[in-house]
Amino acid sequence: MKASKKEFIAEAEELLEESQRLILEVQDTYQSGLNPDTINALFRAMHTLKGVSGLFGVQGITTLSHALETLMDDVRLGKIEVTDGVVNFLFKNLDILKDITERVSQDSDEGDIATYLREIEVFRESLKGQVEGDSPLSLIDPSIMKVLSEYEEHRLKANLKDGKGIFLVKAVFPLETFDTSLEALTKKVKAGGELISTLPTSENVPDGSIGFNLMFSSVGQVEELQQALGYPLDMLVKPRAAKPVPVVVVESAAEAAVTTPQKPQDTHLKSTSTTVRVDIEKLDRILNTVGELTLAKGAVKRIGTELVELYGHNTLVYDIHKISQTLERRLAELQDQVLEIRMVPIGQIFTRLAQIVRRYSREVDKQIDLVLYGEDTELDKYLAEEIVDPLMHLIRNSIDHGIEHAEDRRKKGKKESGTVILRAYQKGNHVVIELKDDGAGIDVDKVRKKAIEKGLIQEGAVLTEKEVIDFIFAPGFSTKDVVSDISGRGVGMDVVKEKLSVLGGYAEVETKKDAGTTFMLTLPITLAIIKALIVRVGDERFAVPLTSMSETLIVEHKDIQTIEWKEVYYLRGEMLPMIRVSTFFKFPPLPTERSFAVVVGFGERKVGLLVDELYGQQEIVIKSLGEYLKKMRGFAGAAEIGKHEVILVLDIESLIDDSVVKLKGGAIYV
Amino acid sequence: MKTILIVEDSATTRALIRAVIDELGDVETVEAASGFEALKVLPQQEYDLIITDINMPDINGLELISFVRSNQRYVHLPIIIVSTERSEEDKKRGMALGATNYVTKPFKSGELLEIIKKTIGL
Repeated sequence: MKASKKEFIAEAEELLEESQRLILEVQDTYQSGLNPDTINALFRAMHTLKGVSGLFGVQGITTLSHALETLMDDVRLGKIEVTDGVVNFLFKNLDILKDITERVSQDSDEGDIATYLREIEVFRESLKGQVEGDSPLSLIDPSIMKVLSEYEEHRLKANLKDGKGIFLVKAVFPLETFDTSLEALTKKVKAGGELISTLPTSENVPDGSIGFNLMFSSVGQVEELQQALGYPLDMLVKPRAAKPVPVVVVESAAEAAVTTPQKPQDTHLKSTSTTVRVDIEKLDRILNTVGELTLAKGAVKRIGTELVELYGHNTLVYDIHKISQTLERRLAELQDQVLEIRMVPIGQIFTRLAQIVRRYSREVDKQIDLVLYGEDTELDKYLAEEIVDPLMHLIRNSIDHGIEHAEDRRKKGKKESGTVILRAYQKGNHVVIELKDDGAGIDVDKVRKKAIEKGLIQEGAVLTEKEVIDFIFAPGFSTKDVVSDISGRGVGMDVVKEKLSVLGGYAEVETKKDAGTTFMLTLPITLAIIKALIVRVGDERFAVPLTSMSETLIVEHKDIQTIEWKEVYYLRGEMLPMIRVSTFFKFPPLPTERSFAVVVGFGERKVGLLVDELYGQQEIVIKSLGEYLKKMRGFAGAAEIGKHEVILVLDIESLIDDSVVKLKGGAIYV
Repeated sequence: MKTILIVEDSATTRALIRAVIDELGDVETVEAASGFEALKVLPQQEYDLIITDINMPDINGLELISFVRSNQRYVHLPIIIVSTERSEEDKKRGMALGATNYVTKPFKSGELLEIIKKTIGL
């Protein structure tokens, strides 16, 4: 893809994402009172998209965004009223634009847009002129009326219709500083009402100054507004239902109380002036270089150590030691900084998911309240993009199989609308994304039956409820009335689990009959360079990512007991299942009396890996094993350590999985 | 040497207008991304022409025209409105407020060129 096209795609995606946020806002607020700025911002987003796509010669998007811009223009001028139908229509067209953008990014044809275009035109024509009602504009001085644009006139009418008062504030500022003073006044006006027009004037204004007449609507009283603004005020139209409204400049304290804070809106086109858009591949390359420098640093350190052994402590040796330390610190800084650039707030993907929830719930006719927490939690951009599809599958699954229809919910004594909570938070080096619904929960008996049918466990196998439920993540495990075959797309939970495993994370599920299901997805905050413990098993060395381990132990073999076919070790009074890594990889057994145990995993999935020797920590850059070896279970990739030696990195998740199932039911799935 | 002030919130359109003006040769351009910015650069030097959009955030083109016409210093300064076909009503209002000419977006470069020449007598 050419650089210019990449630039277009990035900009178009950004605009479409912004549009999506705005449409959601329209959907949330149109019944309770729409903010005209939102509609206007949406109009401008389409306007900008039209301009950008025109510039890059992307004809289909230009034409469609132009048609949508016209539609939005009618909406913002009040010629078309916002209804559920309009919101859905906008969502639909947003999807079409996204689709075309995607096609353009893959160098394929934009496709035929004639049908879409006609649909927009027909839709617009069918709605136009349904809104009527003029307001007493004669109350306003004609000299003011004639400088209003059509849009401003519409806003004035709408405010009069709502019974709001119309006020005029006159302010005179010195020419040198008028911009900051006017900005401050505008802010105050907007806090107490809606600014309709800003008319600059030089009538009755001393030389070297400039005057402004700001017309705004408000439900406040003259004295109050005058006091809040600090300027004399004319009341052009008295508010119909005059009720005092405090006029204050909104500060962050008020915003903090809101659970889903909206980002401040900026309709100026110049808003991104300090932001540079960078292709994530470029950052990957920098990280790779950092990774290679890390190896070089390791070599310098090793040479330093060898020099000490050879020549003892002399000045040169001391110097190289010092340099190696500086190198280490600066490299760590560099690495942190690059990783930080890759971080994005998870709110970015939550917005997309929110749209899925709203639209999908409508499709299946279920009422669902979506609650978002922790949108500011930061996650690597790559991981955020990779996790959005699995999350979407889980959400659709919750809506399909979790949340009951209103009638059933009423029977169970629940409130009619279901609740889906998306929550993100940081936990050490991980980000946890929780998806919780208050639906029917997973039917454990059905899952067990299905697992036996599939031969995943033997009849009569003793498994805890949690272990049974974990089968929903097994490959090919899909049953319409339990979970998994999400919306007939043939995508099962196993895909979700596999994706997480590839990303170095894992999925857990908790469920309670009639109370609901919670999926917890745990992901490392970032990929790329990680710290690992190097261990020896037999003649082989492996790396164990530090992010998945909690401690190491020395274990005497006589202390390992066998309970229900499982080898366990009592760690501080708690039973810790043990996995012999050598057995897992079918290495010939070595006669030893003690081993080291690396404790990995979290919560109920905590196990001890038995290894023969621990070598210490090292920073590693995980490289993919490539297509050919990709299917091998047990490995997350390979890494180079020191003197051009390559070792394999253990995939802890698959080790835990395979061992637990192999030990438990006797049957094996791979 | 003539100086033209371009007031337009879209950077793309500003660039297009500038490209047209460049064809005139000995003409300097100053750009403002909003009516507000126009008010800032207006007193800083003498202009021979203002080319302005109507729909802009903060101070719109009509308000700008009204200001220019009410100020003794600029009262004779020619103004060309460049606005979309959708803003027919706004264009009429602009002309009523004292704009000299108008061009409808999207425009052909020759069209704008002719109107500029006609307006400032080149």
